[in-house]
Amino acid sequence: MGSSFSGALVPLLLTLKVAGWATAINLVLGIGAGLLLARARFPGRDLLDAALTLPMVMPPTVLGYYLLVLIGTQGPLGGWLLQHFGIRLIFSWQAAVIAAAVVSFPLVFKAARAAFETVDPQLEDAARSLGLGEAAVFFRVTLPLAWRGILAGLLLAFARALGEFGATLMVAGSIPGKTQTLSIAVYEAVQAGQDDVANFLVGVTSLTCIAVLLAAGRLAPGRVLARG
Amino acid sequence: MKLSTLPALALLIGLGAAQAAELTVSAAASLNNAFQELAPAFEAAHPGTKLQYNFAASGALLQQIAKGAPVDVFVSADQATMDQAQAQGLVKREQRRNVMSNSLVLIVPAASTQPPRSLGDLAQPAYQRVAIGLPASVPVGRYTQQVLQAAGLWTAIEPRMIGANNVRQALDYVARGEVDAGFVYATDAALVPGKVKVALTVPTTEPILYPAAPMAGSAQPELAQRFVQWLLSPPAQAVLARHGFGQPR
Repeated sequence: MGSSFSGALVPLLLTLKVAGWATAINLVLGIGAGLLLARARFPGRDLLDAALTLPMVMPPTVLGYYLLVLIGTQGPLGGWLLQHFGIRLIFSWQAAVIAAAVVSFPLVFKAARAAFETVDPQLEDAARSLGLGEAAVFFRVTLPLAWRGILAGLLLAFARALGEFGATLMVAGSIPGKTQTLSIAVYEAVQAGQDDVANFLVGVTSLTCIAVLLAAGRLAPGRVLARG
Repeated sequence: MKLSTLPALALLIGLGAAQAAELTVSAAASLNNAFQELAPAFEAAHPGTKLQYNFAASGALLQQIAKGAPVDVFVSADQATMDQAQAQGLVKREQRRNVMSNSLVLIVPAASTQPPRSLGDLAQPAYQRVAIGLPASVPVGRYTQQVLQAAGLWTAIEPRMIGANNVRQALDYVARGEVDAGFVYATDAALVPGKVKVALTVPTTEPILYPAAPMAGSAQPELAQRFVQWLLSPPAQAVLARHGFGQPR
């Protein structure tokens, strides 16, 4: 079973790819939703906030089932994609990305919303009074001031995406080299009684997550204030 | 609720659990429906007994047992997994019995217009995704692998394999039309007649016989042995037959 160790690197690389894409998607969607909820006032705002936080507290198997029904080939979105573009999402690494992105989204959204709320509106008003447009105010004042908090949220989301299991297994299956991520490879090694493979994969996963969490801790906004 | 009612509630729950003798049976996923129906009959025949089931792929169950899960009876879907349990001294070999038989079928989604007429058809481009239980831990996958290897088709079909963690997951993938075909037991295919259809019954290289055995570490060895023997009784076999299982040969 010694050759399985080199085989264990394949799920590691795939997991990094899936978590990376999921985090990239959340970079856009999470920041957008965070900004909207931090700044805009509209009816149903609390309800939207709750809905966007839901993936954090819902069981991954429930999310996986929702996704299976939605993006499955007989689902409204999956069926449409298949019919018009010939795209089958289920059992692809892209399906694993969708599962990981949905599950880790609230971590970016919550961090971004909190970070935007700490930005002093007077600074943005000052920038506007100096003639900057809204986009320029956002990219040159708001985002730089909120960035540390958002980055910490992104790192947490990346760590969460690395470990996603339940939803991923349901929509992406377990195809070695294609959709078999670290957590699924661990599950299967344990089920098949391959303890040496499982130990190695568990070690790799743990080290990666610890490194990401340490990095996230260094970026936490609290430390900036403590130092300042 | 008043805080003072909480201890009383806890006591109630505790008593309820302690009153009945619980017999934990770890059984292959394919037995789920049939065993659910068997439970009331066994409990009626053995007053004060409560059956607790734990269903998963046989390989996964073996790993749980080997890691110390408190199980009284193990029912595997193949001989190889039970042989491993026996080799590790986990089950009572002298009380091991074959309790039922099954057959392997190739199924396709019900909407499929041209089902495969032979195993060789699976090599055609129409069958891009084939659900197969993971051979390392799922017996139905191991039977499938053996059949495909014997037919010289494994290397052609393995790249199209969608690995399932137990036979019911493979069934679900086919029923949802997410795969083009899949290998399950005849008893599983019969559960969702409107969603899947059987294209072929596939002769296996070894007969599909389910062995049951009491665990060596069972806290209730007599009751565990009685359950295994009861599975072979006419009333139990009648229920199993109604779910499509054959007599053990």
